[in-house]
Order: sequence, then structure tokens, then C-alpha cells
Amino acid sequence: MATAAEKAVPTFYVKDEHDHAEGGSTMLGFWIYLMSDCLIFAILFAVYGVLGTNYAAGPAPKDLFDLSLVAVNTTMLLLSSITYGFAMLTMEKNRVAATQAWLAVTGLFGLAFLGIELYEFAHMIHEGATPQRSGFLSAFFTLVGTHGLHVTFGTVWLVTLMIQVGKRGLIAANRRRLMCLSMFWHFLDVVWIGVFTFVYLMGMLR
Amino acid sequence: MSANHDTATAHDRHDAHHAHADGHGHATLKGYLTGFVLSVILTAIPFWLVMTGAIENKQAAAIVVMVFAVVQIVVHMVYFLHMNSSSEGGWSMLAMMFTIILVVIVLTGSLWVMYHLNTNMMPGLHDMSEIP
Repeated sequence: MATAAEKAVPTFYVKDEHDHAEGGSTMLGFWIYLMSDCLIFAILFAVYGVLGTNYAAGPAPKDLFDLSLVAVNTTMLLLSSITYGFAMLTMEKNRVAATQAWLAVTGLFGLAFLGIELYEFAHMIHEGATPQRSGFLSAFFTLVGTHGLHVTFGTVWLVTLMIQVGKRGLIAANRRRLMCLSMFWHFLDVVWIGVFTFVYLMGMLR
Repeated sequence: MSANHDTATAHDRHDAHHAHADGHGHATLKGYLTGFVLSVILTAIPFWLVMTGAIENKQAAAIVVMVFAVVQIVVHMVYFLHMNSSSEGGWSMLAMMFTIILVVIVLTGSLWVMYHLNTNMMPGLHDMSEIP
């Protein structure tokens, strides 16, 4: 009797995966990538926190950093963040030319940031404050250099997407890519807040 | 075949639109401008504090600067990265919470352990004769 009742109850199996729209999970996946990138930066911040006062009788932050230069640099990155935001807004209105223009402006601000950072590094190395000089300088160049490399690759990615948009227009795939780069770009600005606070401002307070 | 293809595209569009609606699509001009103005203020004040030395006590100044950084990070998350508890069905918030926990453990753990290591390894700090 019981077995008959069990047999009467139908059992359902979902045999195949239901359809997912292409790129439907890209945003979450990219966000998880950003979180893993965040861990890389957390470890580099921890290294800087540990080694940041080991000057080995070499130069200290006060001898090296020029806060007005850092302020200009911060402004460049902040401006590039808002112009990328404008690019996303024009993208949603389907205005290809305006999107491309805002992307170009973002790229120029990114390049300005990189130029100022490279000038700062060159100036420090010229004064003998090389990464080999002390634990503080090794940690400094690793942390700030890793952020700079991210901005560099972000700029390469930006140019690539501008070419893609130029060839194919604002198709769904390109919109998705632009949204990923938007998250990446804003994320780099968030990391920079940590850099200018912990490395530059708090370095000058020591 | 062609009809099938058409429904698939319509389905894709619908899904894309759906994902857009509960995803990262809440960007507005007002939101970006609010975020930008707040960021400028939250950047300018700590720079001004440190460059002019407005706060005499360096430890107090460092704490104030750090508080501004934390607030600015939250502003960027909300206005630029459009972070909220419902985007991607809450999964992005969960991933972020997990990351924040890891970051806090890594940072405080490293600083705490290495600070004490440095202190205890300092020569001359401990009188060797006092050690039993």
C-alpha cells in the first residue's frame, strides 16, 4: 500500500541547465575578481604597514614626498572617475560619439596620473631613493607601483574598448565590457584613497 | 529555426533588461555628481589638515585622516560602484563582506604580530639576567 503511494508521487529531476542569457553573470564574476584584487592590495598594504618605518638610515617620507604633487595626482584620478561616470550615462542614452569622447577624456586623465607618478618615481630614484635602499622604499614602490600598473592596464583596456566601440558600436557585449571597466576604474580610485591616506598623508605625519 | 532564433533573442533581451534592472544600472547624473562633490570635500579636508598641520597632535590627526578615508571609500562604493544589498541578488554584498573580513584579519593580524615582534626583538630592551 505504502509502496503504491510512493509510486504515485511523481519525482522531478531538472535534467538540463536552464538557459542563462549570455553575460548574465559577468558582473558578479567581475566583482569577485575585484574582491580578489582587493586582497592583493590588502597584503601589500600590510607589508607597507610592517616595513613602512624601516628606513635603514635612508630617506623618510618627509624627505621624499611632495604633498602638492600627490594632491594633483589624486585630482587627476578623481576627475577620471567622474568622466568615466559621464561615459556610462551617455552610453545608456546610446550616444556613441559622446561616449567615445568621455572615454577619451578619462584616458587622458589616466595618462596624466601615470605621467605624474612616473615623474615622482624618477625624481625619487634620481635622489638615490631606489627600491633597494630600505624596507620602507621596497614596500612603497611595490604598493604604489602595483596600483600604477593597474592604472596602466586599465588605460590599455580603455583604448581597446574605444576601438571595439568604434568598430561595432554600443552592442550588448560592448556595453557589458564598458561596465566591467567602469567597476575596475572606480575600484582603482578606491584603492588610491587607501594609498594617499596610509602612504602619503600618514607618512608625512610620522 | 528563424522563429526559434527570434524568441531566443527576445528572451536574451528580456533577461539582459532584467539583469540591468536589479544590477548595476542605477547610475544617474545626480548620483555621480553627488559622489564627486562628496569625494572632493573628503579628499581636500585631510590634505589641508596634513599640509597646514592644523591638528597639533599627530596621532589625533592620523585618526581623523583615516576616518575621512573610510567615509570616502563608502561614498565611492555607493555612488560610483552602485553598491547596495540587492545588486546581483545580494551576492556582491556577500562577496564584499567576506573580503572585508579577510582584509581586516590580514591587516590587523600582520600589524599586531609584527609590531610586537619588532618590540621584543629590540636589543637592550630586556635584561637577559632577568630571564629565569
